Amino acid sequence: MSEEIVQLTIDDVEVEVEKGTSILEAALKVGIEIPSLCYLKEINEIGACRVCLVEVEGVKALQASCVYPITQPIKVYTSTERVRKARKRAVELLLSEHDRECTVCIRNLNCELQNVADNLGIRNLRVTGESKNYPIQMDNPFIMRDYNKCISCRRCEAICSKIQEVHVYSAQRRGLNTVIAPAFMRDLGSTNCITCGQCVIACPTASLVEKEAIEDVWAALEDKDKYVVVQTAPSIQVTLGEIFGMETGTIVTGKMVAALRRLGFKKVFPTDLSADLTIMEEAHELIERLQGHGKLPLMSSCCPAWVKFAEHFYPQLLEHLSSCKSPHEMFGALIKTYYAKKEGLDPKKIVSVAVMPCTAKKYEASRPEMGWDGYKDIDYVITTRELGRMIRQAGIHFRNLADEPFDMPFGVSSGAGAIFGATGGVIEAAVRSAYAILNNRNKEMGLIDFEELRGQSGVKEAMVDLGKKKIKVAIAHGTGNARIILDRILNGEHYDYIEIMGCPGGCVGGGGQPILGGRDHKRISLDYRHNRADALYKIDMHSQLRQSHDNPDVRKLYEEFLGEPLGEMSKKLLHTTYTPRGLYFNLLK
Amino acid sequence: MQLKEKPVYKEIDAVIEKYNKPGGLIRILQKVQDMYGYLSEDVQIYIADRLKLPISEVNGVVTFYSLFSTKPKGKYTIGVCLGTACYVKGANDILKKIKDELKINEDETTEDGLFTLRATRCIGACGLAPVITVGDDVHGRINPGEVPKILSKYREKDVDTNIKNKDKVSCFRVAEYIKE
Repeated sequence: MSEEIVQLTIDDVEVEVEKGTSILEAALKVGIEIPSLCYLKEINEIGACRVCLVEVEGVKALQASCVYPITQPIKVYTSTERVRKARKRAVELLLSEHDRECTVCIRNLNCELQNVADNLGIRNLRVTGESKNYPIQMDNPFIMRDYNKCISCRRCEAICSKIQEVHVYSAQRRGLNTVIAPAFMRDLGSTNCITCGQCVIACPTASLVEKEAIEDVWAALEDKDKYVVVQTAPSIQVTLGEIFGMETGTIVTGKMVAALRRLGFKKVFPTDLSADLTIMEEAHELIERLQGHGKLPLMSSCCPAWVKFAEHFYPQLLEHLSSCKSPHEMFGALIKTYYAKKEGLDPKKIVSVAVMPCTAKKYEASRPEMGWDGYKDIDYVITTRELGRMIRQAGIHFRNLADEPFDMPFGVSSGAGAIFGATGGVIEAAVRSAYAILNNRNKEMGLIDFEELRGQSGVKEAMVDLGKKKIKVAIAHGTGNARIILDRILNGEHYDYIEIMGCPGGCVGGGGQPILGGRDHKRISLDYRHNRADALYKIDMHSQLRQSHDNPDVRKLYEEFLGEPLGEMSKKLLHTTYTPRGLYFNLLK
Repeated sequence: MQLKEKPVYKEIDAVIEKYNKPGGLIRILQKVQDMYGYLSEDVQIYIADRLKLPISEVNGVVTFYSLFSTKPKGKYTIGVCLGTACYVKGANDILKKIKDELKINEDETTEDGLFTLRATRCIGACGLAPVITVGDDVHGRINPGEVPKILSKYREKDVDTNIKNKDKVSCFRVAEYIKE
């Protein structure tokens, strides 16, 4: 790589950049934010929206700054009359065919198109486009697609193809009729979509949004006959605060619990507890497989987007997946059995709600495997964003809430459960317990922090010493990265234990997390994933309990109800099966 | 595990074998369309599977080029040139007359399977404006009044053949069972 430095001026300010840097990125260096809509750094640099136009001295036409590489000393002007007019026109044309129902739109006040229009000072539209009137596609439990709000920026396509490598979307048809859509413009529910929701996070408008379950949850809370229980995934406590203007990475566990109680939930439990339970089951499964029963590597199954990815793209590897349900489904199963019995509740009257960082969990809850005897493990899944909206609807001053603890008997969880929300966390938690179990629960082992398993690099590999045995583990997040490891396995490389999370960064980067786009954050950034993950490791660090098997609530569960890990009751309630779905022929009508 | 029927199109396999190289997708689609008259969803899925390409990409290419059709086409495709010269010379009136005569809109096929109507960009025969094509024939300098006469010529040609129920190419479809 050449590291040649080029000098240029942007609006008469001198700046030095590496040769090949785009004008848009160079401008950021001198504190000028050139507006844009389609641009996602290193993911989608296609110059499609024509909003980032600038004037380059000596070049006749205005240039899209996101795709103009600086190779020689040039003079750039980013805010001339001509530039402002051209940008306005580009956005006006987008607005002219956009379904501008801003006041009732789910992205109202957090919409990049709205912000750009505001920043450019567009006050009237000189042109009226044809309204497209496409029906909204929502024939699935996780993501809605509204083509009438699509601005064809292709960010969903870029994320889905380049980061996730699922290739659901591409440009269909052409000219004014172009849509960025799945093949045959099918509903996402009848495609190979893995339901991760990364496209929802990437969408600058409300063309892609989660399918809300808020109204159903309100209705359940209103129903005097129902007993509504809620659980929150480990990552919610480090992201919910962002919705209320708090810094990324702020830990709001106590406020979150307080807010949920005020909303009317009878009991508030941490999914972290069932993450501990998952570890008990999965660590034993790992040990079993290491002892020659079952296929190696064992692959984690906590992430429903990864599970669906495997079912579509790597059906030959399904036997490697842990049979463990994901933590929230395990919890759901326990609430309507163990907890109902303990508290003398009729399971039919229990409504089980899960707050998840995730659109895939919405899909997972709808899988027919996730229930028994006619009961659904989980009735409704809402995302972090939806919870934020409910708190706002109720007018609760979130930032001023006093901290409250989770409810018993599931209120205790270990630090190992908390780090489930970050990439590498599941393996680290499982390894902590597997080590202890294999070495007769030696508390003095001094092996708790596995730094090499942490961090945001896409694929991580490590040898982990379990005392009697060294095992090779690998971690990937983002299904595109998962392919790297999976293809190595298919080529004969040996691993013992693999963790895969569907979203970049794991659950802290989940498709249901707050969208920090808009005026301040226009690109998907590594920074906030870092901060959110760091917060989880902080929770772990400060936990008195750092290992799942030490959790007294989990022990009690086994004593009173489940028997032993991988026992009969566990198998019935906590484990599941998978379905090879095929790559193409499942699409045949 | 369930067994699901997986179709095998031997004729498509032969085309793919011949043209399967980087950049070969359009050629393959073209040849397959020549065989079947159009590219059905099933056929697109089959080609994507065989070429190991995302189906979204294959469908994107198919819907981008006006050359490709995703609906069955009639025996004759009528192309009405709407290029500048033809347009000035009244191509729109001719298009309207054809629509009235055949009782179909653009990109539709008549019930008897005889005609498909297309509006096209300039076909490069401006000297004959306004111009239409029917199948491989070119009809130039026409006026709306002549449309019925032109159409009936093609109708008479096919008076004895029952186009509607006649497949253009027999599709050789073999069921091969796959584990789903």
